[in-house]
Amino acid sequence: MTTLPATTQKKLGLVIDLDTCVGCHACVISCKGWNTENYGAPLADLDAYGGNPEGTFLNRVHTFEVTRETAPPMVVHFPKSCLHCDNAPCVTVCPTGASYKRVEDGIVLVNESACIGCGLCAWACPYGAREMDGAEKVMKKCTLCVDRIYNENLPEEDRTPACVRTCPAGARHFGDFSDPDSHVSKLSAARGGFDLMPEQGTAPVNKYLPPRGRDTLDVPDLASMCEPAPKTAKGFLGWLDRALERL
Amino acid sequence: MHPAPSLILFTVLSGTGFGLLVWLGFGLSAPLGLAAFILFGLGYGLAGAGLIAAAFHLGHPERALKAFTQWRSSWLSREAVLATASLAVMAPHAASSAFAATPLPLFGGLGAVLALATIFATAMIYAQIRAVPRWHHWSTPPVFVLAALAGGAMLAARNTLAHWLMLALAAAMVAHWVAGDRRFVQSGSNTGTATGLGALGRVRLLEPPHSGRNYLLREMVHVVGRKHAHKLRLIALGFGAIIPALLLMLPASYGTITLALVLHLTGMAAQRWLFFAEAEHVVGLYYGKR
Amino acid sequence: MTQPIVNLSPQVSEEVRKTTCYMCACRCGINVHMKGGKVAYIEGNRDHPVNRGVLCAKGSAGIMQHLSPARLRAPLKRVGPRGSGEFQEISWDEALQLATDWLAPLRATAPEKLAFFTGRDQSQSFTGWWAQAFGTPNWAAHGGFCSVNMAAAGIYTMGGAFWEFGQPDWDRTKLFLLFGVAEDHDSNPIKMGLGKLKARGARVIGVNPIRTGYNAVADDWVGITPGTDGLFILALVHELLQVGKIDLGYLIRYTNAPYLVNAHDGPDKGLFLRGEDGKPLVRDRRSGRAVAWDSPGISPDLASGVRIGGVTHLPVFRHLADRYLSDDYAPENVAARCGIPAPRIRAIAAEIARVAFDEEITINQPWTDFRGQRHETMTGRPVAMHAMRGVSAHSNGFQTCRALHLLQILIGSVETPGGFRFKPPYPKPPEAHPRPHAGFTPGQPLDGPHLGYPLGPEHLLINDDNSAKRIDKAFSWDAPMSPHGMMHMVISNAHAGDPYEIDTLFLYMANMAWNSSMNTSQVMEMLTDQKEDGSYRIPRIIYSDAYSSEMVAFADLVLPDTTYLERHDCISLLDRPICEAGALADSIRWPVVQPDRDVRPFQSVLLDLGARLGLPGMVTEDGRPKFRDYAEYITHHERRPGIGPLAGFRGADGTAQGRGAPNPEQIARYIENGGFWIDHIPPEAQFYKPWNAAYQGWAVARGLYDSPQPYLFNLYCEPLRKFQLAAEGHGLRQPPDHLRARLVDTMDPLPLWYPTFTDAGTDPEDYPLHALTQRPMAHYHSWGSQNAWLRQIHGHTPLYVSGEIWTEQRFTEGDWATLTSPHGKITLPVLRMDALNARTVWTWNAVAKRRGAWALGEDAPEATQSALLNHLIHELLPPKGDGLRWANSDPVTGQAAWYDLRVRIEKAPKGQSRSYPAHPAQTSPVPAAPENLTHQVKA
Ligand SMILES: Nc1nc2c(c(=O)[nH]1)N[C@H]1C(S)=C(S)[C@@H](COP(=O)(O)OP(=O)(O)OC[C@H]3O[C@@H](n4cnc5c(=O)[nH]c(N)nc54)[C@H](O)[C@@H]3O)O[C@H]1N2
Ligand SMILES: Nc1nc2c(c(=O)[nH]1)N[C@H]1C(S)=C(S)[C@@H](COP(=O)(O)OP(=O)(O)OC[C@H]3O[C@@H](n4cnc5c(=O)[nH]c(N)nc54)[C@H](O)[C@@H]3O)O[C@H]1N2
Ligand code: SF4
Ligand code: SF4
Ligand code: SF4
Ligand code: SF4
Ligand code: SF4
Ligand SMILES: [Mo]
Repeated sequence: MTTLPATTQKKLGLVIDLDTCVGCHACVISCKGWNTENYGAPLADLDAYGGNPEGTFLNRVHTFEVTRETAPPMVVHFPKSCLHCDNAPCVTVCPTGASYKRVEDGIVLVNESACIGCGLCAWACPYGAREMDGAEKVMKKCTLCVDRIYNENLPEEDRTPACVRTCPAGARHFGDFSDPDSHVSKLSAARGGFDLMPEQGTAPVNKYLPPRGRDTLDVPDLASMCEPAPKTAKGFLGWLDRALERL
Repeated sequence: MHPAPSLILFTVLSGTGFGLLVWLGFGLSAPLGLAAFILFGLGYGLAGAGLIAAAFHLGHPERALKAFTQWRSSWLSREAVLATASLAVMAPHAASSAFAATPLPLFGGLGAVLALATIFATAMIYAQIRAVPRWHHWSTPPVFVLAALAGGAMLAARNTLAHWLMLALAAAMVAHWVAGDRRFVQSGSNTGTATGLGALGRVRLLEPPHSGRNYLLREMVHVVGRKHAHKLRLIALGFGAIIPALLLMLPASYGTITLALVLHLTGMAAQRWLFFAEAEHVVGLYYGKR
Repeated sequence: MTQPIVNLSPQVSEEVRKTTCYMCACRCGINVHMKGGKVAYIEGNRDHPVNRGVLCAKGSAGIMQHLSPARLRAPLKRVGPRGSGEFQEISWDEALQLATDWLAPLRATAPEKLAFFTGRDQSQSFTGWWAQAFGTPNWAAHGGFCSVNMAAAGIYTMGGAFWEFGQPDWDRTKLFLLFGVAEDHDSNPIKMGLGKLKARGARVIGVNPIRTGYNAVADDWVGITPGTDGLFILALVHELLQVGKIDLGYLIRYTNAPYLVNAHDGPDKGLFLRGEDGKPLVRDRRSGRAVAWDSPGISPDLASGVRIGGVTHLPVFRHLADRYLSDDYAPENVAARCGIPAPRIRAIAAEIARVAFDEEITINQPWTDFRGQRHETMTGRPVAMHAMRGVSAHSNGFQTCRALHLLQILIGSVETPGGFRFKPPYPKPPEAHPRPHAGFTPGQPLDGPHLGYPLGPEHLLINDDNSAKRIDKAFSWDAPMSPHGMMHMVISNAHAGDPYEIDTLFLYMANMAWNSSMNTSQVMEMLTDQKEDGSYRIPRIIYSDAYSSEMVAFADLVLPDTTYLERHDCISLLDRPICEAGALADSIRWPVVQPDRDVRPFQSVLLDLGARLGLPGMVTEDGRPKFRDYAEYITHHERRPGIGPLAGFRGADGTAQGRGAPNPEQIARYIENGGFWIDHIPPEAQFYKPWNAAYQGWAVARGLYDSPQPYLFNLYCEPLRKFQLAAEGHGLRQPPDHLRARLVDTMDPLPLWYPTFTDAGTDPEDYPLHALTQRPMAHYHSWGSQNAWLRQIHGHTPLYVSGEIWTEQRFTEGDWATLTSPHGKITLPVLRMDALNARTVWTWNAVAKRRGAWALGEDAPEATQSALLNHLIHELLPPKGDGLRWANSDPVTGQAAWYDLRVRIEKAPKGQSRSYPAHPAQTSPVPAAPENLTHQVKA
């Protein structure tokens, strides 16, 4: 199974809006909660209350600072989970077939019962999207909530990834990139959605929207916005009188 | 990358073992009887020990058989298949040499080709990983293959051959380091491309996603001190190749060969340690580690 | 190619129970998924008005809070010395008997010797009612150290402030200014709101020394110098006034801008000119005469005054214009202090003006104002603002908050579409709130509610010698308008016996021995300090917590509470409801699981204790407990006839809304409805609430008011002037002399800015830097660290220092630094941050822990790589040499001035690897936590 399908029927994935993400980690924890209880083994936490806690997470939020020549520095919160790459190197390296890319929708999954825990797929992923579970010793990764998005036990509107459903800022969007008319395709096209590390040749499905221009506020001086600029206190009273007259 | 002892042990031992088997299989060294028993035993032993060491690296060794299934796409699977195949194919030759004093060149030759392919497959497991630019280079397989063949030749007591292979290995290691030092930059990956924010300005990690450690950091982010690395490179080069090459020029004696062998294996362990420890995974860019 | 078959439709749970989150005070609706009777998964409730299905990190991690190893298991009686954490588990009978034995004599002889203070619980109307019945004047919740500046300034200025009082009109706002907010209580709604603005491409301006979180997504960042927002805001006012970009019509109709103010020196100076009926007068432009402000058909003047009997009276607006047009507020003159270039101030003012007036929005919705005038449309000025503790937690915070409201009102963006909107039961002007009470009599209830809004010196709670009646000195000359009390002063005052000694300190849900106190190290000493005879200076401490917090270790008796999934709660209109700007709403919590430990819901315990003490309202005529538990209280208690803790599903048939007889099925109806009740405001009542006849009528029908209460916004706040007058020597109640100048300077009826007391009193050479904390979005104060998931995100508190400081100090990666304030030292690892005000350092709030607390390992980074800034912040200012204790608080409201802190920084010697201070470990009253977690609930 570790050969990649030539094409997939759908290309499901996420759009993550870096202009909107406030870095709240809500998506991180809802992912942890859902996936601890669902697909595969629970996500373990080792030394959970001790000096070196180390748990498995399928989605994590980094924070970067961007310093600029002329404008003030920016801070960008940066959530990252599996990008469900079209050309997923994590899949082709897997010796057991545990890692595979679904033909139906392009979701990259690990079949935990076949995984020998060799860790090679995590090496192959440039994005750090795979983590070996500390207790179960099998490879864990974002499932794109494959057990939610088609789940007939959930109301229609909840058939969306846990992280998307929970994101308070609405910075995460889920959909089918193979359909140019889908919400995610259009959003990505309109806002300049980009790939992470395109030079790695992974052809990620997930897209990131860049932060919009920051610190661009630059409007004409107030005085030029109104005709007779009162300016002085005396002038102000005159203006006030005229303005009250007009009311 | 984390220099896991099991992986260092595996690549050095099994490499040398398969290297020996290559020479034994090709009949370049054609021991018979007890000598064959010992040499083949050594080859099988080293290769096997390496494989067992590798199994320690697995989370679920009990499922190891599944690793034979994906030879179409996975170098790790190919390695498993090739290793087993070479050991199996070589077996009649080995047995016949040892117990019947009759080499079976057909099995030997085929086994040797498979053993060579095994070493190459091992190297390709690393060389294919684009996310580790230092590994993802043509010089990786030569280092692995030459190290295995040189060590193997030495064990097979093909001293002249070993001498030249040692020198070639030295050249390959140097090439791998020289090229490797530039690979990360050449890969084009940097914090700018990793975040896609590079066009906006200088990008720097402000806060990692969690204050504790995680699997990724443990496995893929390992920072070696430069001084340390320099010293180890000298050890790898000197012990691993140059000194053994010089020793091999001396009149053959058990003493010098044993010394050369010990030095070579020590040097190769250093080389392998560096091979992992110096290799930077691009995921470090997301953790401000580069 | 065949691929594995994945179960795409696993059973998610067997049952969903809908209740309310408690991982913070935002109070989102949650769906608790149950498997085999256990909590399996928590997600947001899509129908809930607060969060519409989304959930924050804390909310999703509720399951780990619920399963925390730090949960207390049974009542605890102290056996070791205070602070040691050595306890014995006892029965509830014994615990309640002990508490009764301690409290009954106090009630009979000296009720004021009980000080009962509560933290960020959500049952203040209930605990206050209990304390009133007990008869002690010493009750309040945490508001005094939290954000009372914001609340008080809002109520006094316009009848409500931010968060629980109101919210931006997220759907219509085109320009949003956010002042001093890292997270706030309205956690999810703010994020949802920002998301809406982003989706529409509206502009967000973040005013904050630190650019993270909300400020990181702000289109424009103003990295202001801490403590100078008032100056910046008034410079914006200056600019807008100068060019006349203000909404005069709005000012005339809805504010006291036209009120005439006495300009004559003497006891009436600065007071409103009033008619015989006491109504403030305005000058009618047509007649030139002074007439009652609400006379029909008049045209109030803003420019000219009147002269009556030789005394000039000028409109409020004239005073206002005179003040803010002054060059003192010109951008050039504030730029350096605020750390904001003048052109940027101008650009922001211009953008406010442009959006407010050029992008005006109109809703075709007729409405009628309280004067009876019908309006065909609703006009909006789509500029919204929101602020929180960055503005309020300063000693000039009250006036800064006032300044912000002034700015909002001048452009006409309060209660208009696209601006800021109140959430019912607000707006509610100060007059509609009660006055504070402290009249106690042994064996009797207090003479009225504890807290309220004083309208002048006559409402202070002081004795004839000016000494305070309350232990926290709220409503004394120290902090005349302190409507939330001053919890941060309780321990320090009780320890000092100033104004008097107390016997029992009863705390609920406030980690006062640690992160919620200023001056933490010394507070721990005060709690353990003994008199010569070996007795504790604060004789008895009762505490209710649900977890093994630092405070637990200092209690003599611990009453263990349940977790939020195991009890009834009500989020009541009498208290801090969950309403939206467009709707009235309240909600409940209910036990979705039963506790597996010997713990009881605190409110039920308090009712039990009340019954044992025979408190009025808590016992029947024959002396038996009136309420079985809190649930029964919620259902049957009535504050006023027909008005109870919950407003929904009232009346015998459950159809009454707001007012109605108690309904025994009420809680069941809430549960059926998803845990909440909501009632939408009719369209014609949605905006202009203080002046909208339809709104006022609707509010009366729902029981929010007993009669319509329209009022005008107080640009000029007359009660402030009354205190100022007293300080100037007028009136019967006179402040002590040492406070006169300060009262005159700070209780100005028009917003003003003055440097924070720390800035004014600290030598900038010695302490050149500002030090701040921010709330991490993924933690709630001290609770987050016991949560196995959340603590992995924020497990330590590095000190972020600006690029400028980093360079000055020649820091390199891995360095540690010591911060020194006039009061103490802490040592932390440093990290560089450029998107930070150049003279500022900061770290995360409340992540640092005392060793031994919270069931964490002793090597937990929360204890070894973290420190509270609280060790650097004193509740008093450094002594001035006059022998007096000057509080480190806002002089008007008593709000703790957390963010006034100034420090200096030094690189720590190489090799530093542990944070300082390191307090000795407390013994854990709960068993050690499990090492590894692989939590999964099997059906
Ligand atoms: N340096 C600095 N210090 C600050 C601030 C700051 O900005 N900077 N902010 C201040 C502000 S605004 C505030 S509000 C305070 C917050 O201070 P606190 O209100 O003291 O906050 P917590 O640490 O959350 O303490 C609450 C206690 O309630 C307990 N608790 C949690 N759940 C329950 C429950 O269900 N039942 C019971 N009975 N107890 C429970 C917790 O275990 C904890 O011990 O901190 C103040 N301290
Ligand atoms: N996740 C989470 N949510 C919480 C809490 C929590 O502990 N965790 N606590 C709750 C409580 S009790 C409260 S009171 C609220 C508080 O909510 P916030 O007011 O958002 O709380 P703080 O984290 O104190 O944020 C203060 C912000 O003001 C900035 N600041 C400091 N000084 C100045 C200044 O002079 N000017 C300006 N413009 N900015 C300044 C700081 O940089 C910081 O960003 O949050 C509530 N919500
Ligand atoms: S939940 Fe949304 S806003 Fe929060 S960190 Fe995740 S993507 Fe960002
Ligand atoms: S992001 Fe990583 S794990 Fe996911 S498909 Fe791409 S390479 Fe594989
Ligand atoms: S860890 Fe598991 S999924 Fe990954 S490559 Fe190895 S066997 Fe495949
Ligand atoms: S799609 Fe599902 S598995 Fe993937 S990050 Fe989101 S919540 Fe986690
Ligand atoms: S904001 Fe988060 S923690 Fe607070 S109530 Fe809502 S979900 Fe719970
Ligand atoms: Mo607070």
